[in-house]
Amino acid sequence: MSGLPRAALAATSSAMHRFANPTVALRLADRLMPWSAFLCAGLFMVGLYYALIASPIDYQQRDTVRIMYVHVPAAWMALGVYAMMATASAVGLVWRHPLADLSAKAAAPIGAGFTLICLVTGALWGQPTWGTWWVWDARLTSVLILFFLYLGYMALWQAYDDPGRAARAAAILALVGVVNLPVIKFSVDWWNTLHQPASVFTLQGPKIDPSMLKPLMLMAGAYLAFFVTVLIYRLKAEILARRASVLRRARAES
Amino acid sequence: MTRKRRRLYVLIAALASLGVASALVLVAFQDNLVFFYSPSDLQTKSLPADQRIRIGGLVEAESVMREGLTTRFRVTDTAHSIAVSYTGLLPDLFREGQGVVANGKLGPGGVFIADEILAKHDENYMPPEVADAIKRTGQWKPEGSR
Repeated sequence: MSGLPRAALAATSSAMHRFANPTVALRLADRLMPWSAFLCAGLFMVGLYYALIASPIDYQQRDTVRIMYVHVPAAWMALGVYAMMATASAVGLVWRHPLADLSAKAAAPIGAGFTLICLVTGALWGQPTWGTWWVWDARLTSVLILFFLYLGYMALWQAYDDPGRAARAAAILALVGVVNLPVIKFSVDWWNTLHQPASVFTLQGPKIDPSMLKPLMLMAGAYLAFFVTVLIYRLKAEILARRASVLRRARAES
Repeated sequence: MTRKRRRLYVLIAALASLGVASALVLVAFQDNLVFFYSPSDLQTKSLPADQRIRIGGLVEAESVMREGLTTRFRVTDTAHSIAVSYTGLLPDLFREGQGVVANGKLGPGGVFIADEILAKHDENYMPPEVADAIKRTGQWKPEGSR
């Protein structure tokens, strides 16, 4: 390895180790939390105003298009949170940083919530548009599998008494589930599905009118800020719970 | 090699082989993963008669005929088309040029007897004024021609 990449690697590694210190992480979390909470509230107010009131109806879905502003960001976050959870799990497996395991653990229920919102709003949109609540096509089925992966991950954490073993088992499940992410994203291109192909992230550019793209992006920002806020909150709770259990064990042994 | 580095390599190797394995499985089950067949698929694949299948495509222009609750129309993928007969209520989006998926059986005379019609929605979203403006300039592309 030449000098430059090695130096860059050492720098990221040292930064990673600094933030892997729970005390530093807690301090950073405390400083970030009010900002992300404020941003979340603001973006939701503006985003929902545009999504529900100040945006045009669609030429064939009419007002049903407004479900899209809740559904699509939830789907993005369902995938994004899983990618983040899997990355943290990989870091936890390789470098054995408990903070990485705890970040993945803290993210899982939020990601499961996003996936559930995606499935439910999708059904509510499918009934008036397609004429059915649910079909077993590749897109819908792979998202349902994503939901079960989240649930299985959360269940595995509860299945062990030793947090180290629980973290390892859960991390392996999270990493195995990563194969589902490209399947979800490209299912609509690889196979015939009832679900339509991507509208925003396509090689030809967005196929959504700018007047509808704006509320969608505002809502996506709101979802992201919501995730950061709740993740910080849950991560703090996880760190404190871990400390409390260490203290309890120390007292029991003395 | 440090233990961390070894763990990293094992993880990368495991993920790579898992990826290859799942890709092979998905390719092998290709036929079972499609939600519907296109009219061209019906020409090339020999599907057993009397089997329930779904076919999908566009409702061919000027092919829709209604007799009471029964609707007859043709589903096309621009290369081939097939006649469909359906009795029941149609989804709101059903119209000529619209993507649909029909669930049913291939009946006598090559007519597909559907007992369920689902409307397919495409990936385009726009306000009615924009749609009208595009139609006025003659840039309107029906679904399926993309």
